[in-house]
Amino acid sequence: MKAQVPVAQHESRLRVIARNALPFVVVAAAWEALAYAGVFPARLFPPVETVAAALVRLTVAGILPHHALDTVLRLSGGFILAAIAGVAVGIAMGRWRLAEDVFLPLVSIGAPIPGLAYAPLFLLWFGLGNLSAVLLVGFVSAFPIIFNTWTGVKAVKEVWVRSAQAMGADNRRLFRHIILPGALPYILTGLRLGLAQAWRILVGVEMLAAVPWGLGWLIFGSREFLNTDVMLAGIIVIAIIGLALEKLVFQRIEDFTIVRWGMMK
Amino acid sequence: MVRRTVVTLLAAAALYEAAARSGIFPAVLVPTLPKVARTLVNLVQDGTMLWHVSYTLARVMCGFALAIVVGLPLGILMGRIRALENFVMPLASALMPIPSLAWVPVFILWFGLGDIVTALIVFYAAMFPMLLNAWTGVRAVNPIWLRAAGAMGAGEGALFRKVIIPGTLPFIITGLRQAFQRSWIAVIGAEMLAASDWGLGWVIFDAKEFLNADVMMASLIVIGGIGYAFERLVFGSLERITVLRWGMVQAAKS
Repeated sequence: MKAQVPVAQHESRLRVIARNALPFVVVAAAWEALAYAGVFPARLFPPVETVAAALVRLTVAGILPHHALDTVLRLSGGFILAAIAGVAVGIAMGRWRLAEDVFLPLVSIGAPIPGLAYAPLFLLWFGLGNLSAVLLVGFVSAFPIIFNTWTGVKAVKEVWVRSAQAMGADNRRLFRHIILPGALPYILTGLRLGLAQAWRILVGVEMLAAVPWGLGWLIFGSREFLNTDVMLAGIIVIAIIGLALEKLVFQRIEDFTIVRWGMMK
Repeated sequence: MVRRTVVTLLAAAALYEAAARSGIFPAVLVPTLPKVARTLVNLVQDGTMLWHVSYTLARVMCGFALAIVVGLPLGILMGRIRALENFVMPLASALMPIPSLAWVPVFILWFGLGDIVTALIVFYAAMFPMLLNAWTGVRAVNPIWLRAAGAMGAGEGALFRKVIIPGTLPFIITGLRQAFQRSWIAVIGAEMLAASDWGLGWVIFDAKEFLNADVMMASLIVIGGIGYAFERLVFGSLERITVLRWGMVQAAKS
């Protein structure tokens, strides 16, 4: 996506905005036409302004922000759990043979199973609600973090470790000054993948776990009352949070990693 | 390596078995391994598991095939035609961050419970990795190859078949792989939410109602097994017979 920039440089900012807005205008117009054509019941296929009205109404009433906040908190809770556990396990696996022998087979078996498939088991064990949701999101997003951290620690050059040891670095300094910085690009990649994974299943988990608040629950609950406008408003908020994650978190991490790796100054 | 893996797995199994038999947890929630194995064998023998698997595979294949049919040509054309790229990219980047499962309730309202919803969710999940990889791949084709082929008198058709497609293939295969992984996650989730009577996702979720943890675990084993088989056997061999053979990429891993 970076590659687009040079082309756009000699275009004025206004033209870029217009160019990016055009597809949305076209799609909105098509949607509007379809909604007014009366092919589908208006209840199921509301026109754009109804969705916009629902979005504004629910935002002003504070309902949408509350749902969004709960979703983001759940995401952060699960992700922080996964980050701490995943990095710890990954580093242990990279440094100690025993930890590698124990965890690698378990992780390799657990990782390819789609995260949501664990959901019923978690619901059975930890009950409906927040605990299950956060634990499941954490559990699922831990896998890429573990894998990448482990790879990163293994990729630290043996020469660096030995020379640090020869210069009298103890275990703690070895860890802080050699292993952690050396493995950092991989760890960051793992965190990025983990967060993306967490985001992808969180909405589904919220639908299944019957949590009291949360965007997934808002959308799923609206189904009962045929509130398609509320659903679509919820999806718009989900898209905004997802975009924010991508622009504010993922791209920052990526830029940071690229710079660290010395691939770009 | 193999021996260590076996030792670890045996130890983990023994630990689990001890926990299951200790009576600390209710036996329904933590079934013993022989019970899970027996359930799995029973489900396979009476044919129900086979039906669940075929329903799930059929849904995944419909959505996945649709994503290839739409995403692949669109991605390739986007790489060649600027106007199309300018039109599709903003839409794609707005839709991409929306997890596919968020659409399940909307699609249920539009299309009713059942196969169409599941297949469409799979399509949505698989579409973007396919599209983006094809697009990136076409743009990554070395321009020198294009010019060289053009200088040697290749027409647009030959250029496409002989240069662009083979040059893009590693990306396309990566796209297929990612798309399938996403599809596999999406189909399980969609089957849980848009339940019909068959499907691996449905069977797991349904088992929760009856506290059949053994059925859940048996299905988890099947789900993991199929996912693993696709990743290793299908896409691995696809890679071997195409890009590795043509020397487009080196066989790097393992």
